[in-house]
Amino acid sequence: MIGFILRRLLQAVLVMLTISFASFVIQGKLGDPVTQMVGQNVTLAERAQLTESLGLNDPLLQQYARYLSDALSGDLGVSYYHKQATLAVIGDRLPATLELSFCALLIVLLTATPLGVFAAIRPRHILSRLIVIVSTLGLSVPIFVVAMFLVYFFAVEWQWLPSFGRGETHLLFGFWSSGLVTKDGLQHLLLPSVSLAFVLAPIFVRLIRAQMLEELDSDYVRYAWSKGIPAHRVYFVHALKNTMLPVITVGGIQVGTLIAYTILTETIFQWPGMGLLFMEAVSRVDAPLISAYLIVVGLIFVLINTLVDLIYLWVNPRVRIPGYGQ
Amino acid sequence: MSLLTLDKLSVTFGNFRAVDQISYSVEAGEVLGIVGESGSGKSVSSLSVMGLIDHPGKVKAAQLTFMGQDLLAMGEKQRRKITGSDIAMIFQDPMTSLNPCYTVGYQIIEALKTHQGGNKKQLQQRAIELLTLVGIPAPETRMSAYPHQLSGGMSQRVMIAIAIACNPKLLIADEPTTALDVTIQAQIIDLLINLQQQKQMGLVLITHDLALVAEVAHRVIVMYAGQIVESGPAAEVFSTPKHPYTQALLASLPESAAGKSRLMALPGVVPGQFDRPSGCLLSPRCPYATERCHEEVPPAQGPLTRQVKCHTPLDMNGSPIK
Repeated sequence: MIGFILRRLLQAVLVMLTISFASFVIQGKLGDPVTQMVGQNVTLAERAQLTESLGLNDPLLQQYARYLSDALSGDLGVSYYHKQATLAVIGDRLPATLELSFCALLIVLLTATPLGVFAAIRPRHILSRLIVIVSTLGLSVPIFVVAMFLVYFFAVEWQWLPSFGRGETHLLFGFWSSGLVTKDGLQHLLLPSVSLAFVLAPIFVRLIRAQMLEELDSDYVRYAWSKGIPAHRVYFVHALKNTMLPVITVGGIQVGTLIAYTILTETIFQWPGMGLLFMEAVSRVDAPLISAYLIVVGLIFVLINTLVDLIYLWVNPRVRIPGYGQ
Repeated sequence: MSLLTLDKLSVTFGNFRAVDQISYSVEAGEVLGIVGESGSGKSVSSLSVMGLIDHPGKVKAAQLTFMGQDLLAMGEKQRRKITGSDIAMIFQDPMTSLNPCYTVGYQIIEALKTHQGGNKKQLQQRAIELLTLVGIPAPETRMSAYPHQLSGGMSQRVMIAIAIACNPKLLIADEPTTALDVTIQAQIIDLLINLQQQKQMGLVLITHDLALVAEVAHRVIVMYAGQIVESGPAAEVFSTPKHPYTQALLASLPESAAGKSRLMALPGVVPGQFDRPSGCLLSPRCPYATERCHEEVPPAQGPLTRQVKCHTPLDMNGSPIK
């Protein structure tokens, strides 16, 4: 058990090293950093001096080692545009993105699970057919179309909800600016998180339905029926737990997709989060910010996947083989 | 009154009759063997008794009663009270029939709690007793074991423990030993027969193993393509089979081919949905088939205790009566 966790953590470290190398290469090679910093009107000699003092003439691996040790001490460089430490810039925007992703994920879980389970338990019900059709459609509609429709109706036509920005936020614990605690913030959160959920929910509905159908057809479910236990126990105690095992795994991977989609969602709704920051950084070729974003997102991704594996270990007794990993 | 009575029970999937108008009854304390090759409807008929036929399967019967209660007429909830407590079933593959996500103890207690109730301590105690009864060593520690930590024989014992948890009056064992090692098979059968005698349960034993049926069953039913082709006291049916199919089944045993160079086998397979013959269902494969066999469906004949569904039943010497 402990061996499994240690090994999993080691893997996480390896993945982070790979990500850091990729983002290091991006930072150093995306355009000429010296030109980015000083512009055109500087003599060649001064340029050469700056290049030398920045350490850009050192061997690549040496530069990488320096980058890595800086990164470990929390220094991922300074943004060209914001003239601030990149981590601080990202840290300012992080709460917005995390709150958006969290709400979207919550909506996905609360809608996809009951819909998928219902479609599996009553496969011939008219609603189940509808669920399958709509989720297939949902899979194929891109998020900006969904978002535009939502904005058009809810913000423009009926004017029920705001269409952009985060609204009023409150500073929690001295560093976390939260939109979850004000009514205005929640109203602003609704459209972006719903449209983000719209992209992910169909995948989960279909996954849960397919998996549940398979479990309902299994020997142990038939055996559970033969024990004469109530139907809800067969569905929700016996079948659902086994259904959720692969859903947890896929869910962990989809969280990555979720973060990727926040880039689009945040751009559409002008949501001041990391995704929007990243889009701005790309258009300004703000290389340190881009690479810092990669590292932070990579770290979130790795953390979530490690967490998912640990949850899996906890839920699925078959992984907990005694003696394994010792 | 019989424990279980089936009269003209059919199970259909669309146009296909998996079970075709079978009738039999089981008495308390009796072991009834059901034999037949794969696809003959043995399992489906017993699943229909348990109420486990899923859509699109349909169960129809002139009578399906358990201790005088009409199983088909009662509501789903009422029926669920009977299944798992008064009628219990053991399945073929013990390794996949237990839920991999829950401990052995949880799955036994679940059955007990549903039908009998009681506080946590009593349930725990009763579950340990059951595990002891089915011969599981160190039952206290096994309670917290997951199915994947058990061997096949051990899993089957757990399944038997769950089945007898609520003292059923009728136990249906659907090929309980097929997935197990030969050495374990004998142990499991011994256990089942012991429990059956102790508790005077009715036992329906579905199996491919003719030798086993000959040894333990009081009566035997031979099924072919969803129909009962022969029934009667086990010793009689096996010593002097009246149906050509029973004869062929017995002849295909390796034991009966001792000294011969080839094992006897009936050519062909059980007819499927689209190739059911018009007359006797066995006629295309039957070595004794006459013109009449190909055209006319044979009725079941003979006394109720010894029936055979054949136009040309076999005599004492195993040759057809013309």
